[in-house]
Amino acid sequence: MVNLLKLAIGLSLLILTPSTGFAGEHLRLATTTSTENSGLLAELLPPFEMANDCKVDVIAVGTGKAIKLGETGDVDVIMVHARNKEDQFVNAGYGVDRRDVMYNDFVILGPANDPAGIKGSKAAAETLSRIAANKSTFISRGDDSGTHSREKQLWQKAGIIPAGDWYLEAGRGMGEVIVMAGERQGYTMSDRGTYIAYSEKTPLKVVVEGDEGLFNPYGVIIVNPSRHAHIKFELAKKFLDYLTSHQAKVLITGLRKGGKQLFYVSE
Amino acid sequence: MGYLGDSLLTAFELILNFDRDIRMTAWVSLYTSSCAIVIAALLGVPIGLWLGLNRFRGRQLLLALLNTLMALPTVVVGLLLFGLLSRQGPLGPLGLLFTPLAMIIGQTVLATPIVANLVLAAVTGADQRIIDTALTLGASRLQAAIQLLREIRFGVMAAVIAGFGRVIAEVGVAMMLGGNIRNSTRTMTTAIALETSKGEFAFGLALGILLLSIALLVNLFLNVLQQR
Repeated sequence: MVNLLKLAIGLSLLILTPSTGFAGEHLRLATTTSTENSGLLAELLPPFEMANDCKVDVIAVGTGKAIKLGETGDVDVIMVHARNKEDQFVNAGYGVDRRDVMYNDFVILGPANDPAGIKGSKAAAETLSRIAANKSTFISRGDDSGTHSREKQLWQKAGIIPAGDWYLEAGRGMGEVIVMAGERQGYTMSDRGTYIAYSEKTPLKVVVEGDEGLFNPYGVIIVNPSRHAHIKFELAKKFLDYLTSHQAKVLITGLRKGGKQLFYVSE
Repeated sequence: MGYLGDSLLTAFELILNFDRDIRMTAWVSLYTSSCAIVIAALLGVPIGLWLGLNRFRGRQLLLALLNTLMALPTVVVGLLLFGLLSRQGPLGPLGLLFTPLAMIIGQTVLATPIVANLVLAAVTGADQRIIDTALTLGASRLQAAIQLLREIRFGVMAAVIAGFGRVIAEVGVAMMLGGNIRNSTRTMTTAIALETSKGEFAFGLALGILLLSIALLVNLFLNVLQQR
């Protein structure tokens, strides 16, 4: 009994000791799961952290949630890929100093036998119409992510409200949705980076690519310090300067997975 | 999916290499769950004792409430505390969100009802004469209660073990309140969730095997304490 007490006291003392190493300031970054899962941040962040003696805490969630975290001031910076939402964010006064960081593209994935017959098309919205007409299984992210936002825009462009047994709203991350589409032998829309990461594991193939509407730019925004006084504005500004610097561009364009480049930058 | 065999091999490699990232996730899991169960025990044992020994109006309602709290989904606890701890919430200025302390708070909320309920069960099942005897021998109410605790220590230990199992295995609270930040708030369970979302099933399962091994070690240790 006494020993148990000793144990309890010992453990309580443990509470007072910091559990992780601290390196100066912490900058909180909310970003999307696709960005984090690509491995880009593991390459990109260390030089910045070393140069500024800080640590960037990455919270990887869907674009929708990342933006909410920015609105409430729970993070200092957001990096997402939904231009319309980013613009709304800045215009409503939640963010300042939006900058382009990098881009890649979305692709439409489908089973090898391509039941809706859309392979090779370069008109994304039109292929969605054909999928709907054919009632081919389509798995949507359904989670308010950047990818989901773009998917919704394309359905709008096609003038269709997707509904029915064939349209499955998964509410999960990109990887899980690719797995689901593979199992259900259906179509889905994905960012190229995640597809490249999964290309060995999935039977799905790229059926549509190259449409302007599939262009996927990533932006970074500082959370507005006038709304939230605790925002690390100076450090965030340095971070944005770093992300748009030549050094960062080299690292971004240098990232390869399976021999393929994942992200591009505009010079 | 042929990853079941793969994962055992990967688990061995993980344990042998034990690289820094894995070490950190194991540490964060152990650290947060241990702190949480200590606090939960300090809260739950007295609550369980008190509920077991006292009779008062509304007691049945309280018991029903306690039972219901045991069915709290972790993600609901995560949501409630997120609302409290977010910058927009009442405790916002403390800046606790996405820190290990937030996870400890959440896990304490999860574990306390379990500890309280199981201690209550142990008290109810104990021999009433222990209290009576102690009181007739001149013990104060507090001393009598401690004497009872001694008698039911197996039950109390079981309560602590059950609570610990619940918190070290959960994802919802750690994910929502911790944010799965690498080398900071990433626990073994949130790491498994991450690897699974990346399609790394073998690695995820290997982490799961590692987690179970660590939990086994902890429970062996607690068992030794229990036998004393």
